[in-house]
Amino acid sequence: MTDFIVGHYNYWIVIILMMVGLYTVISRGNLIKKVIGLNIFQVSVFFLYISLGTVKEGAAPIIAEGIEVYSNPLPHVLILTAIVVGVATTALALALVVRIKESYGTIEEDEIHNLDHSL
Amino acid sequence: MSAETLLLTILLLPLAGAVGIVITRHNPNVREAVTLLSAALVAVLVVMLAARFLDGEAFALTLIEPLPGIAIAFEIEALGMLFALVAGLLWVVTSVYSIGYMRGHNEQNQTRFFAAFAVSIAATMGIAFSANLLTLFLFYELLTLATYPLVTHAGTPAAKQGGRTYLGILLGTSIGLFLLGILVTWSLTGRVDFQAGGILSGHVDPAWAGLLYALFLFGIGKAAVMPFHRWLPAAMVAPTPVSALLHAVAVVKAGVFTLLKVTLYIFGGEFILSNDVTGGLIWVVAATILIASLVAMTKDNLKARLAYSTVSQLSYIALGAMLASKAGLIGASMHIAMHAFAKITLFFAAGAIFVASHKKQVSELNGLGRAMPVTFAAFFIGTLSIIGLPPFGGMWSKWYLALGAVETAQLLLLAVLMISSLLNIMYLLPIPIRAFFSKPASGEHYTEIAEAPKSMLLAMVVTSSACVILFFYPDPFYRLAGLAVGGN
Amino acid sequence: MEDHISLLLVVVPLIAAPVVAVLPRGRSAWAVAFIVAAACAVLAGMQLWAVLTEGAISYELGGWAPPWGIEYRIDAVNAFVALIVAAIAAITLPYALLSVEREIPEEKIPLFYSAMLLCLTGLLGITQTGDIFNVFVFLEISSLASYALISLGRDRQAFTAAYQYLIMGTIGATFYLIGVGLIYSQTGSLNMQDLATLLPGVLHLKTVETGFAFIMIGIALKLALFPLHLWLPNAYTYAPSVVTVFLAATATKVAVYVMLRILGTVFPQGFALTTPADELFIVAGIAGIVIASVYAIYQQNVKRLLAYSSVAQVGYMALGIGFASAAGVTAALVHLFNHALMKGALFMAVGAIIYRIGACRMDQIHGLGRAMPWTFGAIVIGGLSLVGVPGTAGFISKWYLVVAALEQEAWISVAVILMGSLLAVVYVGKLIEALYFKPVTDTGTAVSEAPLLLLVPTWGLVFANVYFGLNTDLTVGVAEKAAAILGGMKP
Repeated sequence: MTDFIVGHYNYWIVIILMMVGLYTVISRGNLIKKVIGLNIFQVSVFFLYISLGTVKEGAAPIIAEGIEVYSNPLPHVLILTAIVVGVATTALALALVVRIKESYGTIEEDEIHNLDHSL
Repeated sequence: MSAETLLLTILLLPLAGAVGIVITRHNPNVREAVTLLSAALVAVLVVMLAARFLDGEAFALTLIEPLPGIAIAFEIEALGMLFALVAGLLWVVTSVYSIGYMRGHNEQNQTRFFAAFAVSIAATMGIAFSANLLTLFLFYELLTLATYPLVTHAGTPAAKQGGRTYLGILLGTSIGLFLLGILVTWSLTGRVDFQAGGILSGHVDPAWAGLLYALFLFGIGKAAVMPFHRWLPAAMVAPTPVSALLHAVAVVKAGVFTLLKVTLYIFGGEFILSNDVTGGLIWVVAATILIASLVAMTKDNLKARLAYSTVSQLSYIALGAMLASKAGLIGASMHIAMHAFAKITLFFAAGAIFVASHKKQVSELNGLGRAMPVTFAAFFIGTLSIIGLPPFGGMWSKWYLALGAVETAQLLLLAVLMISSLLNIMYLLPIPIRAFFSKPASGEHYTEIAEAPKSMLLAMVVTSSACVILFFYPDPFYRLAGLAVGGN
Repeated sequence: MEDHISLLLVVVPLIAAPVVAVLPRGRSAWAVAFIVAAACAVLAGMQLWAVLTEGAISYELGGWAPPWGIEYRIDAVNAFVALIVAAIAAITLPYALLSVEREIPEEKIPLFYSAMLLCLTGLLGITQTGDIFNVFVFLEISSLASYALISLGRDRQAFTAAYQYLIMGTIGATFYLIGVGLIYSQTGSLNMQDLATLLPGVLHLKTVETGFAFIMIGIALKLALFPLHLWLPNAYTYAPSVVTVFLAATATKVAVYVMLRILGTVFPQGFALTTPADELFIVAGIAGIVIASVYAIYQQNVKRLLAYSSVAQVGYMALGIGFASAAGVTAALVHLFNHALMKGALFMAVGAIIYRIGACRMDQIHGLGRAMPWTFGAIVIGGLSLVGVPGTAGFISKWYLVVAALEQEAWISVAVILMGSLLAVVYVGKLIEALYFKPVTDTGTAVSEAPLLLLVPTWGLVFANVYFGLNTDLTVGVAEKAAAILGGMKP
């Protein structure tokens, strides 16, 4: 049992981060906090991929003399792409938040909702 | 001209007429000439086509195949020919009438009226000549949509409300039930074409066939079988020529025509008789006949009374179809024609009364007969034909319907037919009697009221004479009806 | 060049996007975007033709052989979807010229077209690629572009709508990414064809099932499958007219394609039947059709009404997928195409109204049907197609769906499909009544018919609705071929 828990520690971290992120997105009314939650959520997936690529005793995947076992480089490459996507998403989200702040004067979800429906 | 071109011309001519009407909208005289010309041409062509069909010419025409195995296709077949003949001949008469009506009544949006009218006729012809259920369904829906602007013509809240009921019930039943029936037929047999003797035999468990028949009976809302009859009284908000041609002839007859087609060519008379498919449903139709007659008696509004009378008479045809015996089917087919000529006369008269005196209620008609003798004479003839007395055409179809009930030993149904005839007398005959023999209400003088415009009178004279002629010379319709039934 | 069609479809709009962004004037940006979209439509047509005549195309990106390199693999399914996307783009852009000039500030127009091309790149990329991770990348390219496009709407609600879509869209894409990761961890491959041979060996693993579930949920979010549709009504309502037309006709369609691809090619056919997925599709489809249609009836904004109708239409496609039969998949694909036509036409017509009066609330459009007869005619015919009246494309879809449902004796689904049509009668009827029968509200100025440049593309789609309602050689023919490839997922 302990072995199972300890042996899969990377997955536990991923799951905890994922839940923290999703919960933040859902529960917070502050638009910036939602974006932060979204980032945590995405990062958990990055961890998932990167830890998948690890090979026990494997070295970093750079060809060198005398090393037989390498970690799998493909997940790293994939996640590089995903990180770029994530950064772009965050940038766009923050830009939207700025525009929302400019036109509503607030970034609290319930206040925005009230402003739209009191018109 | 080959039969194919003839048929295509009949289908396209009303559409071309509609376009012509829109183009010539700025000159009412030319516009009306276009209407009359296309109507007259269609009538001539339909008669030519009927003559050639009775000579034994037959053919089919496939336009396009939207679904694998199901084409938009046309064919000439006896029942369709009969229906097309009725609709084609009456369009000319109605055109003459409606020009007088619309002008006498100073209606708005006349261009839209005449154009939508022409499109409705095109759709009716499409229904008459369709070679399979899909084609029929296509034109069936087109007819509903093309008549919608006619029903809501007045643009008043009442017209809008009537239009809602009209569209709601007709589209609701056709999409919810009729289409389902077609799809079930398709999934059972893999085909939806009309074939003498039916296509369902051997493909469907007789126990379920009744349910499928119910889908068609109620799905074909245009047949106005209760409880889906409400659209027909609702449609009476339309101008009277629309009520006359479309809601006494084209639209409602399209409904019972479709029902007959389904009975004859999808189920097949043999199949229905040997498996008692319609055993329970026939009482719904019988009830419609009686209830609608009773409701008609309570209506003081003349058009509403005629509308309920139509509901009742339509169920005669449905009844004949569901008896599925030879005499019953012949009676049903002939009633399409006979009722058309009689009921259109009644509506023409109602419209003439409205234009001349602005009266809509039966109770206001006392003594009006002396001011408008021709109108009420026509009304009288129409009434007698509906009741089914000789020497009027309506007698023949009732005769065969009654014979059908006897043939299948359904004596209770025979009683229904007889009682209904008595009810017809009770709700229709008092109208001309009141007009001719009662004294006007005190203080009313009809000195300023004269007959309606000449073109309207002409139309009434033509249709009421037709009622008489059809008694002595029912031959074309009888032969067509016989051919349609003889196939099974 | 012919060998490179598949790649050109993605690369041409991708390269054009930054070029358009730096062009100085709106009109020149529009011209380039239009040429690119038209070129893509031609290329997509050629590609479909090539696939239909010569069979599937495999294109190795950079010459790296699959499964190591990225492969673009084109068969009848994705060639068909790519043609829909490119053709809609090509027909939307002529419409865009005037509509965009009216709704977007001049200095932003080049950027607008740039984002539009990026969105097109992403959508076409999804259809072209044969690599499931690559799908994620293109999905995000198209999504990011569409968030930006939606936020360009004139109301400030556009910002919140875009933000909401961004949050939900990103969650969806990330779910998809998780699923892909889990599957990769068990198979070591990302190539669809390769996965198709590797996955059957590992299907029993919980990891693979979990991955499958993540992917399904992720795409269902993008698809706006009820009840994951919450982003869609706001996004469609507040986006600029052109964006609504384009997204409504393409974005959800591409998501449907991905769904079908994962179910039919990547996972062994029949796998979905061993999971609750197919039942869930049917339940979600039924709920979506009924609830979204009822919602549509009560909407006070025309665009929002049509948006809810879109959610309902997605329900039809979900039903087709859920039937998990060849007939069901055919129906879903046919509806995918036909719905693009009808919603495209309808949103274009509404855009024309917005062009004239600057709004589209129900109480603002009273009596406009008389002032704008051609626009009104387009709404009527588009609406009839939505209802599924015979002679329109919508009828063909409904026919195939009901036949597929009858085949399985799924009577509830049959009833729901027909009921959906009746609910459509109600909301389309409400729209037509407002446009035609309600007395004109006095705005002070007379409204005239929309300009020709808006009407011609609108009526192009309207005619397509009728044409593909009568001649179904292309739609049904290709959909049946495609369904044969996706195999109908029979166990």
